[in-house]
Amino acid sequence: MSLSVTDPNPRTKWIAGALVIGYAIVTIMPLLWIIATGFKSPADSIAYPPKVVFEPSLEGYVNLFTERTRATEGMLEDAGPPTTWYERIVRDQGMVITGPSRYGERFLNSVIIGFGSTALCMLLGTMAAYAFSRFRVPLKDDLLFFILSTRMMPPIAVAIPIFLMFRGLGLNDTHLGMILLYTAVNLSLSVWLLKGFIDEIPVEYEEAALIDGYTRFQAFYKVVLPQAATGIASTAIFCLIFAWNEYAFAVLLTSGTAQTAPPFIPTIIGVGGKDWPAVAAGATIFLVPVMVFTILLRKHLLRGITFGAVRK
Amino acid sequence: MAEVVLDGITKRYGDTLALKDVSMTVPDGAFVVLLGPTGAGKTTTLRMVSGLDVPEGGDVRIGGQSMRGLSPAQRNVAMVFQQYSLYPHLTVRENLAFPLKSPLLRTPQAQIDMKVAEVAEVLQIAHKLDNKATALSGGEMQRVSIGRALVRRPSVYLMDEPLSSLDAKLRADLRIELKRIQATSGATLLYVTHDQIEAMTMATHVGVLDRGRLVQFGTPREIYEDPVSVYAASRLGLPRINILPADLFGRAPDGAAQIGLRPEQIRQGEGTDASVRRVERLGDQTRLHLTIRDHDIVTVTDAHTTLESGDIVKIRPERAFYFDAAGARIA
Repeated sequence: MSLSVTDPNPRTKWIAGALVIGYAIVTIMPLLWIIATGFKSPADSIAYPPKVVFEPSLEGYVNLFTERTRATEGMLEDAGPPTTWYERIVRDQGMVITGPSRYGERFLNSVIIGFGSTALCMLLGTMAAYAFSRFRVPLKDDLLFFILSTRMMPPIAVAIPIFLMFRGLGLNDTHLGMILLYTAVNLSLSVWLLKGFIDEIPVEYEEAALIDGYTRFQAFYKVVLPQAATGIASTAIFCLIFAWNEYAFAVLLTSGTAQTAPPFIPTIIGVGGKDWPAVAAGATIFLVPVMVFTILLRKHLLRGITFGAVRK
Repeated sequence: MAEVVLDGITKRYGDTLALKDVSMTVPDGAFVVLLGPTGAGKTTTLRMVSGLDVPEGGDVRIGGQSMRGLSPAQRNVAMVFQQYSLYPHLTVRENLAFPLKSPLLRTPQAQIDMKVAEVAEVLQIAHKLDNKATALSGGEMQRVSIGRALVRRPSVYLMDEPLSSLDAKLRADLRIELKRIQATSGATLLYVTHDQIEAMTMATHVGVLDRGRLVQFGTPREIYEDPVSVYAASRLGLPRINILPADLFGRAPDGAAQIGLRPEQIRQGEGTDASVRRVERLGDQTRLHLTIRDHDIVTVTDAHTTLESGDIVKIRPERAFYFDAAGARIA
């Protein structure tokens, strides 16, 4: 990529820098606030004026991963003195641990469904995009428009038909059902994005591979895919973010076995006193996988987002 | 190696007729050069043989076997693309090894290493083997692209202007090298070029294409000395053949509209007066730009000529070609 951009003068640079920093503060503040709240005690979390400096506590995280009950004298005697650091934290609140919470399970569901649907979406998306890019498909333009049009209405608009369909097929509250649903929603965008990337790869590379003794599929696999890596990575991030954050369908279609983290996190808030630190802890942990995934693929992402705007 | 036969090949791209009823036989071990301007159908012909495109009519046979319905891999052809088409995500070494590793060949690693080293040596790219293919100059890319074909022993090599982006010296070296490889291995080659020196020096046969039609097929000497039309005559020869009104030098055969004169068909020192417009000294030869009655003629003269612009020189056609109004040769 060669861009002919003249060096901005110092004043422009300064203003641009200030704007970027300002914007960064506005967007990062809520994130920092959530992370900080996760480490506050319940009292600090609702203190007014808000506490910026506070004594860090792991209470939120312990509460996130445990089920607790108010301790009675008899219970404390049965349990004996606390043996672990997290038991001690719970005891200090006058509670005892009755078992692990369901957060771990829900988080795992999110991982399975999020990454599963992203992988499936990439598998189907690259092949479909390749076919649209390279082959003479009858009614290609109409089909492409039809695929895009599925994206024009908010997916939740079809919630009721999908709910009925899932119930009929026994897909309600299953991992498979959620993976299929998120894949279906993401596939249209994936096909479009990936087709753009594959269009940019000269067809001569595949022709060379065909001549060199490879089949069409091997040429796709060995020559096209490595060159489409950037496009696949950035498309995968978009798909993962959608599947990871999706809330409405998760509330509607899952309750027990396949429930993902987003509908579960609000339920942590508990009854009686609001346990904001536990909610914040749940949100913080929930952010980590997408952040790691994005950071791992970031060098592809930048090129992916600016794709089409910059000519090689 | 094998004989390649094109039998009445017709190909359209949309509304354009790319090839019309092209038939030719490339004998086993021949070096066939296809000549013609852009759009004449040279590259399309290669694509028909390679199987990258399928003809609407006619048949391609390699080694006597019809290629109908066979994929490029099944045809066992090697092709050098005009745009190099090196795999950008691979190193030079991996690019050269790629065809050898194909499911078709499955060459053992030791043999791959040997082959790659050998070809890299010939093409003078041994020092670049571990570079990414994208980190090469145009000339180096072109050599790797040739190398990717040369590592194999296919039934036919197809080359689409393989030497076009090399500098003059390298081009001369590789011209000799390619010819040597072809001569010693007995490879069959179908080769597209614009460069007439390549055509004259390397070809055993030349095919002249004009807007999708094969207008003449023969040895380079045949095409040069016995062209069937103005078009075919214009493909070879430097400076180009002079095409003039048939009666410029007096009586012409019946039906002749144009006379074609190569430099060696112009006898100097007798005949019609021509004025010298310009003298181009090229070192080994000197070109004369002449004018006779508003018609320009370019010819070659003694390298040490004393002629200067403004001088008058007498010229006379000798064993000239005559063409009719449509450009077809009549004498």
